[in-house]
Amino acid sequence: MITIEKLQKSFGKLEVLKGISLEFQRPGITAILGPNGSGKTTLIKSILGMALPDKGRICFQGEDIKGGWAYRRQIDYLPQIARFPENLAVKELLRMIQDLRGGQPDAERLIRLFALEGYLDKRLGTLSGGTRQKVNLVLSLMYDSPLLILDEPTSGLDPLAMLHLKELLRQEKERGKYILITTHIMSFVEEVADEVVFLLEGHIHFQGSLRELKEKYAASSLERAIASILQEGKLAFSSNGHGEKAAKLVLGG
Amino acid sequence: MFKILKYSFFDLTRSRWLYIYGAFYFLLTVSLLWLGGGLSKAIISLMNIILVLAPLIATMFGVMYYYNSREFTELLLAQPIRRSHIFFGQYLGVACSLAISLLLGVGLPFVLYGIFNSAEIWNFSMLLLVGLFLSFIFSAIAFFIALRNENRIKGFGLAILVWLFFAVIYDGLFLLALSLFSDYPLESFAIGASLFNPIDLSRILILLKLDISALMGYTGAVIQNFMGTLLGMACSLGVLVLWVVLPAWGIKWVAVRKDF
Repeated sequence: MITIEKLQKSFGKLEVLKGISLEFQRPGITAILGPNGSGKTTLIKSILGMALPDKGRICFQGEDIKGGWAYRRQIDYLPQIARFPENLAVKELLRMIQDLRGGQPDAERLIRLFALEGYLDKRLGTLSGGTRQKVNLVLSLMYDSPLLILDEPTSGLDPLAMLHLKELLRQEKERGKYILITTHIMSFVEEVADEVVFLLEGHIHFQGSLRELKEKYAASSLERAIASILQEGKLAFSSNGHGEKAAKLVLGG
Repeated sequence: MFKILKYSFFDLTRSRWLYIYGAFYFLLTVSLLWLGGGLSKAIISLMNIILVLAPLIATMFGVMYYYNSREFTELLLAQPIRRSHIFFGQYLGVACSLAISLLLGVGLPFVLYGIFNSAEIWNFSMLLLVGLFLSFIFSAIAFFIALRNENRIKGFGLAILVWLFFAVIYDGLFLLALSLFSDYPLESFAIGASLFNPIDLSRILILLKLDISALMGYTGAVIQNFMGTLLGMACSLGVLVLWVVLPAWGIKWVAVRKDF
């Protein structure tokens, strides 16, 4: 589905991705993990063509995505921060996206699932953070695309909505979809993910299944395994102190 | 692209400022026509106002709309839509809504006054045409500047500076150059220099049409002298079209190279 070759990206002097090669060739849920600022969102935005790589290339279904746009029809994307035009009502936003994108989305089912019926006529600016995230989820899940990219889908969700999200993801996975998720909630990863990609300082530190990860670092839980990766990172990056900062961010938070 | 244009347009029709802008033109035109005495006088007064105001408002609207619709833009960027279509759609949404405000605000009073039965109809059309051109030109420049600057304050400042340059500073420098080098033949310099300023160019166009040599100023006289009225007008219009196309091309150039 996706092949990424030696992807490099910097913003000004800040090198965010330092040569990443990745492949997603089997359906299932892949969790992209890493401390804040490790390049998760940049990686995702590169796949979507929103951030443009400095070097390397990304192929989607065998074709280079550079300059393309039609391939995005095959992708559903949930942005990290749910930012919408404030003046629109939820219903108008749904209609607008449907109009722009065409096709036959199934919003009704998701609206019922996340109990958003009462909010359809409310303006997006007046919604709470959690409700916005639910609208965000409806928007990105209503199309039936083969690739789902969810950037921090759990942020702001209440336990019930979280339960529904997990159930949804399980269903989509069973239908043979490719799903990429970034999150900081390790229990969520342990519950839903098949594969894990760990990013640190713009490099991939680990790619493989959850079991492999735990075995490799001889850890009982995912959190411990990640602590071990960050320890490694701390040694490797001790000269600039970033590893230590990263470890604090993940483990202390 | 037309769908995005449509949404941007409807988004803007919810904005109060667009109506205030249109209403201002309407009241101004009404008072100039009925209190000021006559069509040709009203056209000249309006010209002086539109030449300054249309670029200013287009600049401010362009910059403001770009920064205020970032959320909308981010939403669109992840959709299967060409990047250039997103930004052209938004730009045309701004430019068209400004154009309609201008057309209605200035046009309605003239129609009520009976412009269609008057010989001034062509002069009036030229005034409107130039106003539309200036709206399209300066909103494109504003969009281009906003796209290049993530920082709102910087983008806003720069855009206003560009307006100030073309509306005020340019003329000052131009006159300074003319008086400093008055010993030399400056005709071609004068023609060249006015082509580089859309506001100057618009002024010349209207004055050529009105055929008032007293108000022409140096450039106008030179252009009329050298090219003849018709050719001069065609050239100036052509350059105005270029002034729309170049910043629009710039919008595309920046849009396809930018990270979001």
